Amino acid sequence: MMKVKIWGCRGSLPAPGPENNFYGGNTSCVQVSDGETCLVLDAGSGIQRLGRFLDQDVRQIHIFLTHLHIDHTMGLGFFLPLYNPNVEVHLWGPSTSDTPLLQRLRKYFSPPLFPVRLGDLPNHPIIHELSDDQIQIGSFAIHSEFVCHPGPTLGFRISHGDTVLAYIPDHEVRLGSNDFPNDPEWTSGYEIAKKADLLLHDGAYTIAEYEEKAGWGHSAVQDTIEFASMCKVKHLGIFHHEPNNTDSRLDEILAERLAGKELDFSVEMCREGAEYIFDT
Amino acid sequence: MPAQPLELILGRQFIDTISLPAFLVDTEGNLLFYNESAETVFGLKFGETGGMRVEEWATIFTPYNEKGELISPEGLPLVQTLQTKKPTSGSFFIKNMQGRDEHIQVTAFPIIARPDRFLGAMAIFWTLDE
Repeated sequence: MMKVKIWGCRGSLPAPGPENNFYGGNTSCVQVSDGETCLVLDAGSGIQRLGRFLDQDVRQIHIFLTHLHIDHTMGLGFFLPLYNPNVEVHLWGPSTSDTPLLQRLRKYFSPPLFPVRLGDLPNHPIIHELSDDQIQIGSFAIHSEFVCHPGPTLGFRISHGDTVLAYIPDHEVRLGSNDFPNDPEWTSGYEIAKKADLLLHDGAYTIAEYEEKAGWGHSAVQDTIEFASMCKVKHLGIFHHEPNNTDSRLDEILAERLAGKELDFSVEMCREGAEYIFDT
Repeated sequence: MPAQPLELILGRQFIDTISLPAFLVDTEGNLLFYNESAETVFGLKFGETGGMRVEEWATIFTPYNEKGELISPEGLPLVQTLQTKKPTSGSFFIKNMQGRDEHIQVTAFPIIARPDRFLGAMAIFWTLDE
């Protein structure tokens, strides 16, 4: 069984507040589990609650960082299992040409940004670098690929049997495509998302906002829906909600985009606390 | 067909937007894309040919030197770049698909992605007789 739980789907900055209660205010964090095998996608502010409510039997956790922008790493130091000597934490993240991932993570785990250093933890996390790779953890096959976003940024395709979760929370699909949305072979992220049962994908902007922010690394909801359609996914969860977008505004944006459209897959705005369970 | 790596997609995006003639090949030398300005030099439209295998496109344009002698594939900057993974530059003549002789200068450089993935090469060129 593959269980997917959203612990944070806000982009850029946590956005707590009553106007955001339904979709939630925590930044990127998704738990993927099968029994005691626990994968965590990104370590945004949502990972703090995940750490509090994690099954106490879990002894090994694999955290996959798509990239090191602050909204994807800010919760790491507050993840309780890092302070539990009985838990082994593996940190996977994108490689670069020059600076090792460990060195880049140390920038966060050091004053003045954070008082605790990686070396102060009871178990030093085990660091792994990824580029376009394929790995296996328990019953999960994980494929990583670089996608179009400023700085080294990965997308993850997680397969469990025949079931596929695709996770591309920060992705400017229009900039990474040569004839969008007509040429899958030349579209960033296609290999990650194709025929996924569940695609969690960046949809930070309206199309009007995107036109003012092209090159910032994010997608318009309209483009995200077209990308999902091109990839023939079964369900799309739109991710990376802008901090200023309230629950009602997010509902409005999606309703506007879906008006009069007939899609052969389901679409929703991702919601903190949502669970997707796949019997594989 | 599997999608191309991000770096080749962005490479294609880049040359698609510039007015210098340019083309993109994979590690085997297969032609993945050439831009509008290159279409003029080659006398071919990418929309009509699409990508071409190396044995196909290498025979379309006959490269020769200033003495009129044919240049072997190993003598071409792009092929040298693919073999050495280093930038290469050179000038020679080609007879294009419309039978027109073009004197061109070519600079080829490898596309090496993070952390050390060799994906192909890009060649930018211009005609010398204009």
